[in-house]
Amino acid sequence: MTVAHQGLSGLLDTEAIRKDFPILDRTIHDGKKLVYLDNAATSQTPRQVLDVLNEYYEQHNANVHRGVHVLAEEATALYEGARDKVAAFINAPSRDEVIFTKNASESLNLVANMLGWADEPYRVDHETEIVITEMEHHSNIVPWQLLSQRTGAKLKWFGLTDDGRLDLSNIDEIITEKTKIVSFVLVSNILGTHNPVEAIIRRAQEVGALVCIDASQAAPHMVLDVQALQADFVAFTGHKMLGPTGIGVLWGRQELLEDLPPFLGGGEMIETVSMSSSTYAPAPHKFEAGTPPVSQAVGLGAAVDYLSAIGMDKIAAHEHAITEYAVKRLLEVPDLRIIGPTTAEDRGAAISFALGDIHPHDVGQVLDEEGIAVRVGHHCARPVCLRYGIPATTRASFYLYSTPGEIDALIDGLEHVRNFFG
Amino acid sequence: MYQEVILDHYKHPHGRGLREGDAEVHHVNPTCGDEITLRVKYDGSTIADVSYEGQGCSISQASASVLNDLLVGKELADAQKVQEVFLELMQSKGKLEPDDAMEEVLEDAVAFAGVSKYPARVKCALLSWMAWKDATAQALGTDVAERKTA
Repeated sequence: MTVAHQGLSGLLDTEAIRKDFPILDRTIHDGKKLVYLDNAATSQTPRQVLDVLNEYYEQHNANVHRGVHVLAEEATALYEGARDKVAAFINAPSRDEVIFTKNASESLNLVANMLGWADEPYRVDHETEIVITEMEHHSNIVPWQLLSQRTGAKLKWFGLTDDGRLDLSNIDEIITEKTKIVSFVLVSNILGTHNPVEAIIRRAQEVGALVCIDASQAAPHMVLDVQALQADFVAFTGHKMLGPTGIGVLWGRQELLEDLPPFLGGGEMIETVSMSSSTYAPAPHKFEAGTPPVSQAVGLGAAVDYLSAIGMDKIAAHEHAITEYAVKRLLEVPDLRIIGPTTAEDRGAAISFALGDIHPHDVGQVLDEEGIAVRVGHHCARPVCLRYGIPATTRASFYLYSTPGEIDALIDGLEHVRNFFG
Repeated sequence: MYQEVILDHYKHPHGRGLREGDAEVHHVNPTCGDEITLRVKYDGSTIADVSYEGQGCSISQASASVLNDLLVGKELADAQKVQEVFLELMQSKGKLEPDDAMEEVLEDAVAFAGVSKYPARVKCALLSWMAWKDATAQALGTDVAERKTA
């Protein structure tokens, strides 16, 4: 094991943090220590969140917003309290701008469907255009393809440069007077690229287009301030930020949420219902039909508390140091090619790479035998693989509990992979 | 799971490259991007050739090489028997210990027994076999291919 990482600055006290994550103590494959480097897929859950989930089910479980009994009131207070926590976490001007969904995919589908059914001036139809980018996760491609197919709107996208960044050189031709919505990822889940928000938002505002940001890989890792971003919608998911699965968030500007039509209909989203028509509850409830993911929202609230107590700026600094170290070490591995930016500048803590012509599945399998969990495949971003002429990548992704020692273990593991297939 | 036999076939694939055939299919494994283009050539009911080109992991590529070894020269009915036994082995979730009879049918392909323990990799091992089955149905007509299976 190397000690090349001595002297890294800005690191968190991972020894203390890791005590909160029982799963990180697991051993696998006959005593190999787990090295969990698949945080871009899902993060692990600290005891503090697990305790809140337990307490919710042991003490407070009820359906929300209806009963007048004690448990119903407590469950409602916890659920709505989670909304307050999330609103504060992203600096939302109003708690009513925070819609709970089941994941980021649902959040993005919700935006696409709001716009598909909207009246002017928001309506997406055959005379208008939708803009995305080539580095989107499938969850920010397919909903727009569906909307495009159903309305006749033209789907356009920004391409990528060879070093894994957005090619904005033709921004004035991509975003035009016909553009109704520009939807793009803040931090790419496959390339790690942190995209330049300002330039895109400025052009979108010039032409009066709405802007939707997929912040799934940003919210867990950095300060996310929706007011500073100046977007109209921001989507992210709970399970990548220490929360449970089954809970996502869509933040939207209040006046838009008031104007735009609901997508899913059902209980909870109505004001009054007769057999011929209904009127709707104000946002956010208008967009939360049916019994919501109550415990999951409460768990996300606890995750937000945990992250805030450490500090998102400190988490970002830790990950930057880890990423910088990882990029440096990976570039030392013979035949290894990073797919995405090869520096830690404007990049998140997910690094994709190709190792010679060894298939990522084989890389991942042999690393797993060494106890190292990475993601292999096209990461739900197949167009990126096509763009760079590769079938798939191996991806290592880090979080607040990742250590330089784990990077060293990855590098040693990759040496082993090379020898195995060499 | 990476038996020496598998690594050998991966590094030195048998029968790789596309040659003349009666039917061609292209199969992909969408979860990981393994791809294979496979052609079959029949001489009556005898498999004259199985040629292929593909990219993917060692398991998928080695499996295609083993398939070529095992099936070329066989009668369709015998080949289908091999395919069925291989499918059974791969779907065994690691619980099937190949016996002598199975080993006689599968030859090098028994090396894939360990792969069946890894649900994510079973599709890699089966990719070329499913492609062969599909190509055979196209070359000979579904009726012929299915009837012989029964």
